[in-house]
Amino acid sequence: MAFLQGIPASEGIAIAKAFRFEPIDVKIECEKVENSTKEVNSFFEALEKTVDELKQIKEHASTEAGIENATIFDAHLLVLRDPELIEPVVDRIIKKQYNAEFAVKEITDHYIHLLLQTENEYLKERAADIKDVANRLQAHLLGIPVLNPAMVAENVIIVSEDLSPSDAALLNPSKVRGAVTNVGGKTSHAAFIAQSLNIPSVVGTKTALGDIENGDVLVVDGYTGIVHINPTPELIEEYEKKQEQTLRDLSELSWLAKEKTISLDKQYFSVVGNIGSMEEAKGVIEHGGEGIGLFRTEFLFMEKKQLPTEEEQFQVYKSVLESLEGKPVVVRTIDIGGDKELPYLKLSKEMNPFLGLRGIRFCLGEQSILRTQLRALIRASAFGTLKIMFPMVAVIEEFRQGKLMFKEECEKLKEEGVEIGHIELGMMVEIPATALMIEAFAKEVDFISIGTNDLIQYTLAADRSNEQVSYLYQPYHPAILRLIKNVIDAAHKEGKSVSICGDMAGNEVAIPLLVGMGLDEFSVHSAAIIKTRAHIRKLNKSEIEKKIDMLLNLPNAVEIEEALENFFYKKL
Amino acid sequence: MIEKKFIVTSPTGIHARPATQLVQTASRFTSDIQLEYKERKVNLKSIMGVMALAAGKGAEITIIVDGNDEEAAIDQLATMLKEEGLAE
Repeated sequence: MAFLQGIPASEGIAIAKAFRFEPIDVKIECEKVENSTKEVNSFFEALEKTVDELKQIKEHASTEAGIENATIFDAHLLVLRDPELIEPVVDRIIKKQYNAEFAVKEITDHYIHLLLQTENEYLKERAADIKDVANRLQAHLLGIPVLNPAMVAENVIIVSEDLSPSDAALLNPSKVRGAVTNVGGKTSHAAFIAQSLNIPSVVGTKTALGDIENGDVLVVDGYTGIVHINPTPELIEEYEKKQEQTLRDLSELSWLAKEKTISLDKQYFSVVGNIGSMEEAKGVIEHGGEGIGLFRTEFLFMEKKQLPTEEEQFQVYKSVLESLEGKPVVVRTIDIGGDKELPYLKLSKEMNPFLGLRGIRFCLGEQSILRTQLRALIRASAFGTLKIMFPMVAVIEEFRQGKLMFKEECEKLKEEGVEIGHIELGMMVEIPATALMIEAFAKEVDFISIGTNDLIQYTLAADRSNEQVSYLYQPYHPAILRLIKNVIDAAHKEGKSVSICGDMAGNEVAIPLLVGMGLDEFSVHSAAIIKTRAHIRKLNKSEIEKKIDMLLNLPNAVEIEEALENFFYKKL
Repeated sequence: MIEKKFIVTSPTGIHARPATQLVQTASRFTSDIQLEYKERKVNLKSIMGVMALAAGKGAEITIIVDGNDEEAAIDQLATMLKEEGLAE
């Protein structure tokens, strides 16, 4: 019995048949046809079938998946109605006795070639669109069934190289039970998509597409990262039991989606969601998130082949704000650098990217990128409750410069007559120096968000993606907890709120500590919102508060963890 | 036959979305409609042709309409280009 080991990216167990999601690739050869009238007729038939298919996909994309750019399918449909495609194809079938597929190939290849020659990255991408339409049309001509993930009728597990947001828009969320990809890690877009769709997922298996055939029965274990291929009935049964248990646990908690996050001693907290795209905002709302605590905007930049325009960004920010209906949305300005690259900017390679040009450092150098993003955000502010924060702030001057740019862009837009809503301006605390100097920052910012993933790796000087030192990635290390407490205390003294938007905010062991220290907001991925809320509602803040000093004086993470279990878990 | 010159004002040029609108508008008319840029002429009812012209911001383009509904066609195309902020 075969299995693959990948990286667990979204929790849960999925059992279903495999559905390979890959680009259509058809081989076309030139053959002389004897009956060209018949060939012309089959060309028109195939054309109509393809039109119907694309219309269905478009319909699905705009209604079910709520995709912003369903209009791209209008362009696809126009290709099928293009007189410069239809007439020359018919002409070649009749005069040269070409088979229709080959005639289609000749014409579309010509335009693909022209588009690839243009200087414009956007148009170069459109070449892939024409190729996609041509492939669909040719597949219909050859009678090859085109698998369409939007139309699958039974439950499936998607197996693919990677998952992009536009791929995700093609998936039918009611039928897709899980996802397995060849590439990606815990923070790849595929992982975030799976989390927001709330489907178990394993990424980075390297060989899934090679080892898994369509129709293979798969068990995806989103806790351990194991994918079983055609497992024994016994194993399936075992996993089914596990799956039922998790579903039962979840449905028992589902009523909490509409409840407040309040501790036993009537203290209010808020649980909000982390998102990376507009599509993911829906998941946060469904799970009862009290807002968005972190909108990572890098993916808007990473999925394109050139910088997104102000207008493109504005549309995305506007629709996220509108969909949250007045609940706060915290947008983090672009955090490029570290492990997130933008190939089209051709930045120089750094020896030590996590300590290099990233976050606000990068933006202060490339001012036009930040200014464009700020303008798009400011314009969108009238459509909801917007908060903006800068990542990787190390010294107060960086925040001041960012704030100055923000003010300047606000002024310019006001002069242009743009309506501007009330916008809070905050910062992320990811650098130990910032956490120690937080009093100075707290006076000047409107709010603070602690990015614990980076704070932990910078404080313990351990790259968490390096397996040899990953034991040092310790969220409950007293140094981390003291830094967090320092930030919360200083911020509260200035009347500012503090949020955590790292994995720690959804961590069962960490939650009591954070509640005791008075953290205001827990920002987690959408599927973890309810669990986090349920956990907080079982805690007594004032009781934990009394224990915090003692806990923070323990010498290491292990003892803190043990003490926590003794105090809180025996009671729960 | 009517000829009218425009300057592309849209920052992204006449790419997929604007091209889609342009072709959809042109396709409503029976007249023969052509788009000329840098001495290359394409059928304005052809999405592939219009995209392959790659007319970017600042490009001088000419629309040439010939047929029974040529006046209505050029009017609508000009209005659409202006209203969508594509060209003037």
